[in-house]
This record gives sequence, C-alpha cells and structure tokens, in this order.
Amino acid sequence: MNARIPSTTVPVGQYQNPRPIHDFHGGIHPPQNKHQSTGRPIRRAPLPEQLVLPLNMHLGAPAKAIVSAGDRVLKGQKIAEGNGAVSLPIHAPTSGTVVAVGERPIQHPSGLHAPCIVIAPDGEETWAELHPLEHWRDCAPSVLVARIREAGIAGMGGAGFPAAVKLNLRDGQQIEELVINAVECEPYITADDMLMRERAEQIVAGIEKLQFLLRPKATLVGIEDNKPEAIKAMRAAAEGKPMDILVVPTKYPSGGEKQLIELLTGKEVPSGGIPAQVGVVCHNIGTAVAIHRALEFGEPLISRITTLTGDAFTEPGNVEVLLGTPVQSLLDYAGASAERIGRLIMGGPMMGFAIHTPSVPVVKTSNCIIAASAAELPAPPPEQPCIRCGSCAEVCPANLLPQQLYWYSKTEDLERAQQYNLMDCIECGACAYVCPSNIPLVQYYRHAKGEVRHQVAEQQKADKARERFEARKARLEKEAAEKEARRKARLQASKQKASGANAAAAPGADLAALKKASLEASSAYKAAVKALKAAETDGADPDTVASLRAEADNLKAKADGAKAAVREAKAGGASSADTGTDRVAELKKAVGEASSAYKAAVKEAKAAEEAGDDNAAELRSRADELKAKADDLKAQLRDAKAAAPAGTAAASATAASKPEKSAEQASYEAADRAQKMKALKTAFNMANKQWKEANAALERAERDGAEDIETLKKKVDKLRFKADKAKEALNVLVEEAKKNIEAASGSDLKTLKLEAGRAEAAVRAKEKELEDAKRSGDQEKIDVIYRERDALRREAATAASALQSAIDDQGLKED
Amino acid sequence: MAFITVTSPHPSQPGNHTGAFMRQVLYATLPGLAVLTWLFGFGTLINVAWAILVALASEALVLKARGRDIRFYLADYSAVVTAVLLALAIPPTAPWWLTLVGVSFSIVVAKQIYGGLGMNPFNPAMVGYVLLLISFPVEMTRWIAPYEAPSLMESVRLFLGSIPADGFAGATPLDTFRTWAGDAEKLASEAILNGKLAGQGWDWVNLAFLVGGLYLLWRKIITWHIPAGVLAGLALTATPFWLYDPVRYGTPLFHLFSGAAMMGAFFIATDPVSAATSRLGRLIYGFLIGVLVWVIRSHGGYPDAMAFAVLLMNLSAPMIDYYTQPRTYGHKAAHRGASR
Repeated sequence: MNARIPSTTVPVGQYQNPRPIHDFHGGIHPPQNKHQSTGRPIRRAPLPEQLVLPLNMHLGAPAKAIVSAGDRVLKGQKIAEGNGAVSLPIHAPTSGTVVAVGERPIQHPSGLHAPCIVIAPDGEETWAELHPLEHWRDCAPSVLVARIREAGIAGMGGAGFPAAVKLNLRDGQQIEELVINAVECEPYITADDMLMRERAEQIVAGIEKLQFLLRPKATLVGIEDNKPEAIKAMRAAAEGKPMDILVVPTKYPSGGEKQLIELLTGKEVPSGGIPAQVGVVCHNIGTAVAIHRALEFGEPLISRITTLTGDAFTEPGNVEVLLGTPVQSLLDYAGASAERIGRLIMGGPMMGFAIHTPSVPVVKTSNCIIAASAAELPAPPPEQPCIRCGSCAEVCPANLLPQQLYWYSKTEDLERAQQYNLMDCIECGACAYVCPSNIPLVQYYRHAKGEVRHQVAEQQKADKARERFEARKARLEKEAAEKEARRKARLQASKQKASGANAAAAPGADLAALKKASLEASSAYKAAVKALKAAETDGADPDTVASLRAEADNLKAKADGAKAAVREAKAGGASSADTGTDRVAELKKAVGEASSAYKAAVKEAKAAEEAGDDNAAELRSRADELKAKADDLKAQLRDAKAAAPAGTAAASATAASKPEKSAEQASYEAADRAQKMKALKTAFNMANKQWKEANAALERAERDGAEDIETLKKKVDKLRFKADKAKEALNVLVEEAKKNIEAASGSDLKTLKLEAGRAEAAVRAKEKELEDAKRSGDQEKIDVIYRERDALRREAATAASALQSAIDDQGLKED
Repeated sequence: MAFITVTSPHPSQPGNHTGAFMRQVLYATLPGLAVLTWLFGFGTLINVAWAILVALASEALVLKARGRDIRFYLADYSAVVTAVLLALAIPPTAPWWLTLVGVSFSIVVAKQIYGGLGMNPFNPAMVGYVLLLISFPVEMTRWIAPYEAPSLMESVRLFLGSIPADGFAGATPLDTFRTWAGDAEKLASEAILNGKLAGQGWDWVNLAFLVGGLYLLWRKIITWHIPAGVLAGLALTATPFWLYDPVRYGTPLFHLFSGAAMMGAFFIATDPVSAATSRLGRLIYGFLIGVLVWVIRSHGGYPDAMAFAVLLMNLSAPMIDYYTQPRTYGHKAAHRGASR
C-alpha cells in the first residue's frame, strides 16, 4: 500500500477528484427523492415482540439451524451454521428464547414462506461472550477471513453475497484496485449516505481492514455527487489515509458493481466472470463497517441501517434495526398506517421487490423499506405494444438491445435471446423506467433468464448422464475384450498342456516336478490368504484388501492349475498301467476337495452378503463355479465307478467318451445351470436395487449440490457395472439353455411356445364348433367333433408338456 | 391489506408514454405544414384534417372487428401520425377520395392486418403513398407552383373534385430538373430550379421539416443516427456525380433541400417500428435510404424516391439488425450475426 499523493485534480461538478473517472453506457436520472429520509439522524428501532430470522438471508445455501424451540439464546450467539462454501451463519440479534423454528413469510418477491428461527426477546440484551481481535494486524489473513465468515457478514449493498468469499485470494493473486461502493445510486435510499455522515471513521477503519486483507495497489471509494455531507465526512475521515474518495456524477445505476468498476477504473468485468479476474474487488461501505465491528469488537452481524421512506411514513428516516425485525414493527415505529400504504417495497424503487405482507422481516440485505401511497407510486398503466423506439437501448448500462431481448423473451426464443446476451442483463430496470409503452421489460428478462438457467441445468444433467453412459460402455467393451483375451489364453494354455501331457506320456516323467510346483503354489496361496486375513483384521484400507484378495485368488487359481496338472499327469501316466480303481480313488479325492472348496466358497459368499460387502455377488458366482466343478467331478467319478469293473479298456473308454455329454451329465448341467441362474438372478436383482438406490442418492446429492458427488458417482457406476455383469452372465446362461432346448427337441423355445399356443387355439376352435353342433342337434357330427377335439387336446397337452419340460430342463422357469 | 405487488422498477419516467411520443411527432410536423400551406394553399391542411378523420375511423373499425379496446389504442396517436405524414406527402390538389383510399389502406392493410402498432414490417404511411403513386400517378404528381396558392374556396372545391385540378398544376423542382437534365441553358433559366438553397419554395419546405426534425432530436423522440445517415447517404452519393457532370446531376444541396428529403430523413425513415434498431444499424439503414433516394431520383422512373427507398430498406432492417449488435459490457467483441 503506497500512499497516493494526488498530483493533479480532475473536476466532477463542483468537486475535484484526485484521479480521472470514466463513464459507462446509458443510465437514467430518475427523481432522487432522497431528502425524505435524510432529515433525521439514524435512530435505533425498538425491540419488536418477535424476531424472525430466515435461514436464507444471503446469497447461497441456507444456513442450518443449531437451536430449537425452547432454547434460550444470548445476543450475538450463533443460532444457525453456514452450510457449505457459499453460505453464512446467523446470530441471535438479542437475548431471548427461541419460540419456533419453522416456516414464515420471508423477503421474497413471490411471497414465499421459508424456514425461519423465531426469537422472543427478553428485553435484557444480554450479550454472549465476544472475542475481539485487538491485534488484528498480527493475525494471518486466513484467520481474519474465517472470523468475517463466522460473523455472518453478507454484502450489505443488496445482493447479499458472503463477504468472506470475496476476500479469499488465490495464491499470488494481485488486487490492483479495491473499489468501495458508497454510490447509493437508487432513488429514495439514504442508508449509506447517513452511515457516511455519522460513522465515516468506522467506514475508514473497515476499509483499512479490507486493505490489510487484499493489499490492493489503490483503494477507490466512489460516492455520487448528490451527497455533499457524506463526501465531506468521508474526505475528512480518509485524510492522510491511502485511499481516494472519488465523486461520481449522479446517474443510475452507477452503484451497480460492474458499472462502478467501469466508472472508477475503466475496466470491464468479463461476461460471466467476477471482478477479481480484472484485479478488482468491490465491497459496500456497510460491509466495511460490519467487518470493522466483527474484527475490532468480535460482534457478529446482527443489525443494519435501513431507510424508512415513502410518503406513507409520517417520520421517515434511517434506523439501526435488528435483523429479523418484522417490517410491521418499523411501520408502526415511523408512523405508517396501513390505510395509507399503496405499495410496500423492500429495497430500492428500481430493484427492490414489492412485499405482500408487513410480517416479512428485515434481513441482512434490506437497505430500504418504501411505504408509498397509491399517489406516490400508482399502479402501472396497462402495457402497450413495443414500437422499437430504442429508448431502452439508449439507457441500458450493459449496452444490450432490450427491444430485441423483449421480443425473444416474450416468444421464448431463448437461443436468440442468449445470442443477444440476455444473461448479461443486470436487471437494473433502466429500460423499463424509460419505456414509453409501459412494458415491464425486466419481468420478461427475469423469466427468460430463469428458463435459460433451467435449460442449462437440464443440459448439464443430460451431459453428465451421457458421459457416465459412455464411460460405462467403454468399460464394458474393454472388459469384454479382456475376457476374450483371457479365454484365448486359456485355450492356448490347455492346448499346450495337452501336448505337454502327451509328450510326458512316459510314466512319471516330470510328475515329481509337477508335484513340487503344486506344493509350492498351494503354500504361496496359503501365505497370501494369511496376509489377506491379517490385513482384514487390521482394518487396512479397502484397496489394499482388495488387491491382496485378488492376489490370493490368482495364487489359488495357480495352485488349482498345478494340482490339476499333477492329477492329469498321474492319470495320463497311470492310464496304461493302473487299474480303474486308482482312477476312482483319484476322482474321489478330487470330488472331496472340490466340494469342500465349494462349501468354503459358499460360506465366504454368505458372510460377504451379510456384511453387505461389495463383491458378495462375485464370491457367490465363484462358489457356483466351484460347485459346477465339483458336480463335474462327481459325474466323472460315477462314470469311472461304472467303468471300473470293466477294466482298463472301459476306463480309457470313459476318458474317451468324456467330451460327449451323457444324458445324465446333461441333466446335471441343466440342474446346475438352473441353480446358477437363480443365483445370478438374485445377484442381479440385488445389484440393480442397490444401483437404483445409489442413483437416487446421487440425484438427490446433485440437486442439493452436495460435495461428495464424485464418490457417489463412482459408487453408482460400480453398482451398475456389477448389475450389468450379473445380467450378462444370466443372459449367457439363458442363451445356452435355449440352445440346449433346440438341441434336445429339434426346435427352439420360440417354436415350442408357438406350437403350444397353436394347439391351444385349435382346441378352443374345436370346442366352439362342438357348441354349434350341439345346438344343431346332429348327433353324428357331435361325435365326430368330440373325437377330433380329444385328439387336439392330447396334441395340445403334448406340446404344452414339451414346452414345459424344455423350460424346466433348462432352468428357464420364471420366478 | 392488499398492496400493489408488481415487479421492479417501481417508478416510471413521468409523462413518458407512447401517446406523448406520437404527439411530439405531430407537433414537429407543424412548421412543415405551415410552410406547405403558405406556399400551396389550404389543400394540405384540408388533406391532413380529412386524413386524420379517415385514419381514426378505419382504425376504430378494425379495432372493433379485432375485439380490442378502441379508446385505449386510439389514444396512442399512432394512427394520427400515419395519417398526417401521408397527407403531407399527398399533393394539395388531391380530391377527397385519393386521401381516403391511401389512408384507409395504410391503416387497415399496412398496419392493422399485420397486428397493429409495433407489428407492421413496413412504414404504413409509405405503403399508402406508394399504392396511390402507382395507382393514380396523375393525381399524385399534380403539385402547385409555389407562391401561387389557390384560395380557400378553390382548395375546398379541388378537395371535393368539383373543379378540375389541371388549371392549378405546376411542376416541382425535381420534376423540372428531371425534364431538363443535360441542358445547361434550360437549367439556368427555369425559375423554379433557382431558389435560395435549392428549388424555389421547396427549399423552405425542407428547411421547415429540418426545424421540426431538430425539435424531435432535442426532445429525444428520435436519435440522430437515421437522419444523419439519410442526409449523408444522399449528399455523399450526389457529390462525386455532380462534380463529374454538373449538368446531368444535381448539386448535393439541391438534393438535400428538394422533395421529401428532410421530411423523409426526420419523419419517415425514423419510424422506429419498421426501421433498424441498433445504433450502428440505424446509421447504415439511413445511409442506404439516402443512397437509394439519389439513385432513384437520378436514374429511376420517378422524380422523388423517399417512399420506395424507405420501403426497400424496411425489407432489409431485420438483416441489418442481425449484423449490427452492439458490443455488450464485458464482451470482447459484438455478436455480429454469427450464432454461437
């Protein structure tokens, strides 16, 4: 901060500015009507019977109440917490009792009701313990910014954006100009004017704190030239301080953030951007005072200066009013009787909104209450057609073409409206003010902007969904490719193994080596399992556990492979010499191993399901696989047993006949498949259900703007994947089953169904014929038809049973 | 307690409504009307009064047929403005039925059938004028020689069609120039071509409309862009040709102060409904009208061209608007037609 020594002065009206100011396009000069409320000093509004504090009185997410009905609160005690980055806490404006936390009419143009904390003051004004920062200059900026946030300070100019958010600088960010908004360009409002007249020192003290936090190269305070007393007071208070008090010509909307920045610095804030992008931060003087009090005295934001004006007030003026004070209480205080009021406005006449009921409370952004008689602000005359006179374009401070925006907004041609930069409209109302056709232009723009925002949100949602879908598709394709690769690899391996086995036909060639490998593999597997269990009990992070488990599975597969190799080598080596009994014994052992492995797997899967583990379905399918293997071995064993008495030849015949499925084996397979399908169906249903729930949670989160959307998304994707995998596996089985039906019956399931249906229909037709014949009384004919019908019935029954058995056999029964 | 609950802004500029706008336009035509009456007699005044009556009646009729609030829409004075502007352009010798046909066509077809005020793509007065000009070319070009105004009774009789108009007719400067272009001697000898500024008498008419136009600028009823564009377009096109061949082409001053130049620039081309609407667009729109006026005057089949030029540019106004959006605050460049 280098103190600026004005070398030259630039005149603005009767004033001299230390540096030149700029101009912005358009603007209007509505009647000021400021004198109404500058006749009296700032008074303190009386304590109302009840204070109503809306949880949302700033821009951003509503606060979360941390008190409930019946709680006693002290003045300045926090009663609601900020909810997220752009949100603010709320403090009790006085001591008393919380009488309700519930819906009340709030400061909203639509007369909405919203959650509020209602406090009945006890009149004691007992302060909570405050924590002033006497040596604030010794604190880190982050500490001060946190203090400012915790004090619940919102921009006091009107928009109510949390002040702390604008004070958080990025690393290495340099602020060129700190712009302090003391313009107060709207007619009627004098809250900032009176604040400057009476509390200029506090404003300057607040600006110094802002300077400390932002370290700007220059600090520019903009005041309109219609506030001579305020200019004098501010110039006196800022004497010798490194800040320029700049007088700007009276023109609405000079006090708009973007307009003031253009006026004082000549810079334009990029469309859709924030002032910090051009090295500017802008704060209102009311905010500066609130920051000063928060740091110096530890006081949270619990009151503000509000202008009471309009010809319905008998004692208009400015009041320091506790937040939450109902407007009605102020009307009573300053003598505005209900009969006189034609229009009740919260905020200024240009951008404020008409309120429906005086029970609405004063909030952090309520700079003005206008109670105007119907004579002062009469009902607007009816809207006339737009004649494109262009008056609106002449006054638009954003240099838009309001006459074109009007057409496109009215016809909801949102694309065109956006092309004409609808979203750059600041809703200042200058266009509607000058419109000779009395068209409420701003209303049209607000509506169209709302529609555009809605569309954009929808589009974003759709884009996200598409992204998710595409990611999933890519992943599925990748997995399918991997699966195919694995399958091929297995095929290759088995071929090699077969040839290897042939080569090692010489008895006991490398049986010993294989045995050794098998032993090593199984001990490695055991070690891995041990490690996994240890990790699980230690509560290691899920990723580690999963990778350990994968490793263990891998080793297990290897061990199984090695065992099988040993077995095969033994069988191959023994085939010529050993008797069938050896083979039976071997198989028996294998069956025993397989079924115990299956049982263990089932147990594991069950445990996982109960624990709601993610890979329960996976475990279950592995168990099913094991079961299949066990069944296969059992069948082999049975065959071997049957073949054993027939001697070696039979044994080798069994081995030779293995590729061809025996009928028994087929039925086993079908039963097995049915079981698998059932398991898969359950797995799919479960996964699908979980996915749905997760998706709903994600949507909720997206709507509420929660932070952990990414994790939720991941979870949804994972569950979807799981469900898809189960479905896929199920589909494979169903297809297989259908093929088997085809193989068994010579026709596919569809044909069987059709045949059954046709036979049923033929029976029905015949029965109708029979009825007709009965009516005609031709006995002979009746007999013939009877016989025909019975034949058809038998046919139908056969077809139905064929279909049924096909379905049953292949486990396609719907459940 | 029922408060008025409307959206912001709550106040509106005092005394600012369409009717007031239109009334200002009417006031601004008064100097021109006065000079026309002084030079050509009461014919124009009678035409104006009659045109207003016809316009209000036809507007009321259509509003009734359309089920609209007659009183509310008549109060915007837009029909009166159309009527007055058309009547000022009709020769003072015109019989009553000429004005009746022209004004009723302007109001019913050119304005109300398109949806009434604000919806008409063409300047209604000029649509009526062109209809009359191509349907009744003789009646529409029968002006009176300046300073030879018929008496009030004669004007009334002309209006009623009870005496032939031929006896009063005299050529306008534009007509005369057109006839003798290329003949230096004739151009120098024709009295009507040698007024103070341009053609005799007609320079006063144009000066009067210029005064009215400046009043409109002062009252901020119009912006300077269209008139400046028209006059610049006319003068800048006329200058090089005049320098090239002063016998065949009129001086820029002659063009600026002859015929409907000033009335067209300040009163006709500035009809906001059918004109381009952005500031740059209005400048281009006006400039091209000026160019077209010179082209048609010098090379077309009619002595004056304001109506044709305005209607042709009405056609182009939407496109001009499309390519002349101003640069909005916070944007690096303007959207010039290109869609995002």
